[in-house]
Amino acid sequence: MQFMLLFSRQGKLRLQKWYVPLSDKEKKKITRELVQTVLARKPKMCSFLEWRDLKIVYKRYASLYFCCAIEDQDNELITLEIIHRYVELLDKYFGSVCELDIIFNFEKAYFILDEFLLGGEVQETSKKNVLKAIEQADLLQEKTENMYHSRSFIGCKKSILEY
Amino acid sequence: MSSSPQGDKALDGYSKKKYVCKLLFIFLLGHDIDFGHMEAVNLLSSNRYTEKQIGYLFISVLVNSNSELIRLINNAIKNDLASRNPTFMGLALHCIANVGSREMAEAFAGEIPKILVAGDTMDSVKQSAALCLLRLYRTSPDLVPMGDWTSRVVHLLNDQHLGVVTAATSLITTLAQKNPEEFKTSVSLAVSRLSRIVTSASTDLQDYTYYFVPAPWLSVKLLRLLQCYPPPDPAVRGRLTECLETILNKAQEPPKSKKVQHSNAKNAVLFEAISLIIHHDSEPNLLVRACNQLGQFLQHRETNLRYLALESMCTLASSEFSHEAVKTHIETVTNALKTERDVSVRQRAVDLLYAMCDRSNAQQIVAEMLSYLETADYSIREEIVLKVAILAEKYAVDYTWYVDTILNLIRIAGDYVSEEVWYRVIQIVINRDDVQGYAAKTVFEALQAPACHENLVKVGGYILGEFGNLIAGDPRSSPLIQFNLLHSKFHLCSVPTRALLLSTYIKFVNLFPEVKTTIQDVLRSDSQLKNADVELQQRAVEYLRLSTVASTDILATVLEEMPPFPERESSILAKLKKKKGPSTVTDLEEAKRERSADINGGPEPAPASASATSTPSPSADLLGLGAAPPAPVGPPPSSGGLLVDVFSDSPSAVAPLAPGSEDNFARFVCKNNGVLFENQLLQIGLKSEFRQNLGRMFIFYGNKTSTQFLSFTPTLICSDDLRANLSLQTKPVDPTVDGGAQVQQVVNIECVSDFTEAPVLNIQFRYGGTFQNVSVKLPITLNKFFQPTEMASQDFFQRWKQLSKCTDSHCGQARKPSLRDCVNCCQNSFNPQGWSIRLVCLCIFLHLYHLSSLPCCK
Repeated sequence: MQFMLLFSRQGKLRLQKWYVPLSDKEKKKITRELVQTVLARKPKMCSFLEWRDLKIVYKRYASLYFCCAIEDQDNELITLEIIHRYVELLDKYFGSVCELDIIFNFEKAYFILDEFLLGGEVQETSKKNVLKAIEQADLLQEKTENMYHSRSFIGCKKSILEY
Repeated sequence: MSSSPQGDKALDGYSKKKYVCKLLFIFLLGHDIDFGHMEAVNLLSSNRYTEKQIGYLFISVLVNSNSELIRLINNAIKNDLASRNPTFMGLALHCIANVGSREMAEAFAGEIPKILVAGDTMDSVKQSAALCLLRLYRTSPDLVPMGDWTSRVVHLLNDQHLGVVTAATSLITTLAQKNPEEFKTSVSLAVSRLSRIVTSASTDLQDYTYYFVPAPWLSVKLLRLLQCYPPPDPAVRGRLTECLETILNKAQEPPKSKKVQHSNAKNAVLFEAISLIIHHDSEPNLLVRACNQLGQFLQHRETNLRYLALESMCTLASSEFSHEAVKTHIETVTNALKTERDVSVRQRAVDLLYAMCDRSNAQQIVAEMLSYLETADYSIREEIVLKVAILAEKYAVDYTWYVDTILNLIRIAGDYVSEEVWYRVIQIVINRDDVQGYAAKTVFEALQAPACHENLVKVGGYILGEFGNLIAGDPRSSPLIQFNLLHSKFHLCSVPTRALLLSTYIKFVNLFPEVKTTIQDVLRSDSQLKNADVELQQRAVEYLRLSTVASTDILATVLEEMPPFPERESSILAKLKKKKGPSTVTDLEEAKRERSADINGGPEPAPASASATSTPSPSADLLGLGAAPPAPVGPPPSSGGLLVDVFSDSPSAVAPLAPGSEDNFARFVCKNNGVLFENQLLQIGLKSEFRQNLGRMFIFYGNKTSTQFLSFTPTLICSDDLRANLSLQTKPVDPTVDGGAQVQQVVNIECVSDFTEAPVLNIQFRYGGTFQNVSVKLPITLNKFFQPTEMASQDFFQRWKQLSKCTDSHCGQARKPSLRDCVNCCQNSFNPQGWSIRLVCLCIFLHLYHLSSLPCCK
């Protein structure tokens, strides 16, 4: 995988993970162009498109677009499932994850992603193992009040998986 | 906020972490951050996990090139790696994998393999180490040397922790591409692992089962790894085939779950398995099954699956075993072309039609593509135009169909018809006599449409100029009507088209004397003679003059019909390759060529041995005549082409002289400057001057391609006899000749004694991956050293009589005196110091004309 972007329906970037070295300017340019292209797609269109010399695999969960760029020889369907697995992980960890969770706990989102994918490749496909690693890390926390946890903040909410 | 981290009061770890975190958040929103790095680095050395974590995260996201900081960072990482604490080690490895900079590679590329294969490393750390190493290898492959850790890594494929196996497989796949030998043993391990997974029950793999599919990611990775190698030995191959068949069988079973995740995972494995089958290309049974499976997907409800099926079938179409099977789906594909709502799916359908095209269905496919073109997206039109042009040419049985297709192309999508396409149609029409009349007629009719595209005017103008006489007999297309038709479009066209039309007019003057005055009036008009554009003005003036001054014979010679073009590789193909990228199209094209060996008798694009490696420029002109397109630009095209001769043969690989060099050599007897030799790659020009017995020759080597010539060595080869009589000195030439550049070589010549042979110039160089070897005769002939002398007529005739006496004395029979005889005869009149033949020039030339071939060539 070359990079993964998460952005909202308004085009606001929520998470960006780059697996290839690129300058900041290039990253901004790519982000801008790709967000425009994906947002222009209609709902019934297929989840794959060719963009520059990469394949883009994207899926929309509620108000968030998850977008991955893979190389020519990579398998598109499995990338679609990578996206889904990531969402599942987030869901399990945050308990019915929604966009706000990712905004307020972005560093956790990155940590979970790092446990799941490393260097652009799938590292650990067992949901249990990934979550176990994150929990262990959480236990090492000294102080617990520094995290905004949206559960205490907002009332009951719908998980993006349920859309 | 910027003041507080740099403030005097010492911040505790927690606050520091909070601030760094906030900075990171701001950065991720899109603002630039240029401070806080030092603080983040400080956090790294903290013992608290969360602080360390934030520090690492900050560094991974905001990469800094400050070398001081890098040193500190690397230090912190080193400490963490050595700490034996798996969580800290994990963090450090993640950071290295995320940043992956060269400095990190230098520092850690030696360490990580050790961690990877050490027995006491925890599984989670092993996983991270494997992928970390992969990242470093991708960015700096030279810093990761192979060692005995490679065999241990292969062994990881047997690890019981599937996460470790997954990570290791990714690593091995990438490494094996560059070092296949080292990782050969992984093939059998991979196959056995894969078959265990595929045949396992759904409860076996526990958490690694994803929606009832066992370890889909790992399966896909193993299948990818197997694609790095050719089909394995029979023992292993049997197992693999079983495995693949199981996967194909499972696809036919009813799904175990309604969720789309289940089908996606299952199909992901299926598609990868099909990729492997196509890659091996050795089991016809599997190939056909794969094709049928894809055929089912072509009509699936889900768009994603249809898309992928079309894509996979494209590669399947090039395999000889399954090509026929693919063709059976042509109806479905053309239907998809018409009915699919998603443009990317339609695009895949076009690609597939192109791939499955062959003699039997060419007409149908081209017709479909043309009708699609009428409504196609503008962004993909050019590609479709190129494809239609290539297919039409390749599979044309009847060239009238080809002409119709191209004219249709121009009519439908004229703006996207690039120059290569219409150059090609003109090339083909000129080369094929049988289609010229038809072309003229069709073009004439097409031009009568009220609004025609400029490209059509160009093609029409050229063809009528050459072959208008073929339809001039019919009163509906009489010369005057043809002229009026073309001229009616004249003012609507751009400058290059008008230039072409002017050339057509002068050709009409030659072909149809009855319209001469009309055309002359047009040329004489102020709008031509005083046209703002220099090219048009020049043409008008010159053509007008030509028509008034030249007699009919000269005019006819000058404006003779264009000779057939020599066969070259189609530059359309080159342009398509450039657009699509080298890998996809080249494979398809190679496969098509191999498959359909008996395509046409006509202009078949020559096998592209060099083109697959070289980088053809998109506007690489067809003739390779510099920048001149076939439309007559500049001097009249068929005036004998004295100076610029195109040799259609490529240079032979061995020393024999390039064919055709004899003729050129002969021409150089009487002149000193010009082009000695030319082929697709190289042009050799000469400029020489001679005085008395000395001469100097400048040899210009021009690189006509855009790729460098390497090890460029021209050598002058003289036989021993020749060497005694002719002394050649030359300086060596720079062995690298850049694309498009010209290098010069100076040869100093001294004629010591008379000689009959000519030295041979042998040029060797490397072009792309091929070795080129060209030999031509260097036109240094005896006559170049002649000098005229004055003689009284009496002396002259005395000498002349002496010559005829030669014949008798030499051998009893009358034979034509050779030059040597003359020379011998006149030896007594030589000046002992220098060397000059005191013969009248005229005498010698009469002599030369007498002989059937030049003596120097013997």
